[in-house]
Amino acid sequence: MTGKKSYVALVVVGLLLGLMLSMQFRVTRENTANMSVERVRQLASEVEQTALKRDTLRDRIDELRKELDEIAALARHDRLRGELELVRMRAGLLPVTGPGIEVTLNDSALPLQPGQNPNWYILHDEDLLMVLNELKAAGAEAVAINGERLVSTSEVRCIGPAVLVNKTKRLSPPYVITAVGYSETMISALKMRGGVLDTLEYRNIQFSVKKLNKVVLPAYTGPTGWRYAQRVGEGVTH
Amino acid sequence: MALSIWIAGIGLVVGIAIGWNIPLFIPAAYGKYLGIAVLASLDSVFGGIRAAMEDKFDNVVFLSGFIGNALMAALLVFIGDRLGVEIYIAAVVAFGVRLFQNLGIIRRHLFNR
Repeated sequence: MTGKKSYVALVVVGLLLGLMLSMQFRVTRENTANMSVERVRQLASEVEQTALKRDTLRDRIDELRKELDEIAALARHDRLRGELELVRMRAGLLPVTGPGIEVTLNDSALPLQPGQNPNWYILHDEDLLMVLNELKAAGAEAVAINGERLVSTSEVRCIGPAVLVNKTKRLSPPYVITAVGYSETMISALKMRGGVLDTLEYRNIQFSVKKLNKVVLPAYTGPTGWRYAQRVGEGVTH
Repeated sequence: MALSIWIAGIGLVVGIAIGWNIPLFIPAAYGKYLGIAVLASLDSVFGGIRAAMEDKFDNVVFLSGFIGNALMAALLVFIGDRLGVEIYIAAVVAFGVRLFQNLGIIRRHLFNR
C-alpha cells in the first residue's frame, strides 16, 4: 500500500466517512430533541392567537345582541318584539324558568377491582346522551347541562377526561342536567324498568333525580350563525 | 502504515467539519438509509484496516467496497421499505457481525506484534 494513489483514496474515504457520520448525527439529534419543543411552542402561540381572535369575536356578538335588543325595544315594534322574544326563548337564546327536574350524575364511587375495566365505572358522553334523549322524549322543553344550555345544534362529545358541549364548553363530572317540563313524565321516563337509570345503576354510576318547582336555565351563549341552511323556496322564484 | 493512518485521520476530521457546517440538511425520512450507509462504510473501513495488517490491502477493492457497500446497503433498505420487508435489520445484523469479527482480528494482530 504505497504510492500516492492509496493516500488519495484514504483521504477520500476519511472525508466521506466523516461527512456521513456528522450528517447522520445531526439528523438523529434533530429528530429526538428539537422537533417536539419547536412544535409545542408553535402550537402554543397558535392557541394564544386563536383565543385572542375568539375574544374579540365574542365582544362583537355581545355588541350586536345589544343592538338587536335596542331595536326591538322601540315601541312601534311591539308585536314583533313579543314574537321575537318568544322565538329567541324557544331557540335557547334567552334564559328560561319553569317547573322541572334536576338529574345529577357522577362516576362510580366503588374502588376498582383488579382486572376490571375502568371504563365500565366512569360516565361517558354516551351516557349523558342517553339521559338527554330520554328527557327530550319525555317532553322536556329546555335542557341544560352544568349550566350550559343545549340548543338544536348542541353536541355532547367525549374529549378524554371531560365532555365538550356547544363546541367550546368543557364539562367535567359531576354532571347536573336541568330540564324544564312536566316533572312526573320525565322522572318516570328515566326510571323506566330497563331504562336509562337502570343501566347506569347496574354499572354503579352515582345519580340522583330531584323534582323542582322552579328551575332556571341560562341562555345559550355560543355562536348562532348559520351559513348553509336556507328557507325552502327562498330565492328560487327570481 | 503510520502515515496512512494520519492521512485517513486528517480526512476524517475535515469530513466531520464539513458535514457539521454544511447548510445541506437530509430529511429525517432518509436518516435510516444514511445510517445503514454509515454502518456499511464503517464495516469497509475496519475490513481495510484488517487487510492492511495482513498485508493484503488492495486499493481498488477497498475503495469499491467502501462506496459500493454503502450505496448497495442503502438501496437494499430502500427497496425493502417499498416491499414492506424490514431488510435494514438484516443489514444491521450482517454488518454488525462483520464489524465485530474484523475488530477481533485486528486486536489479535495488535497483540501478536
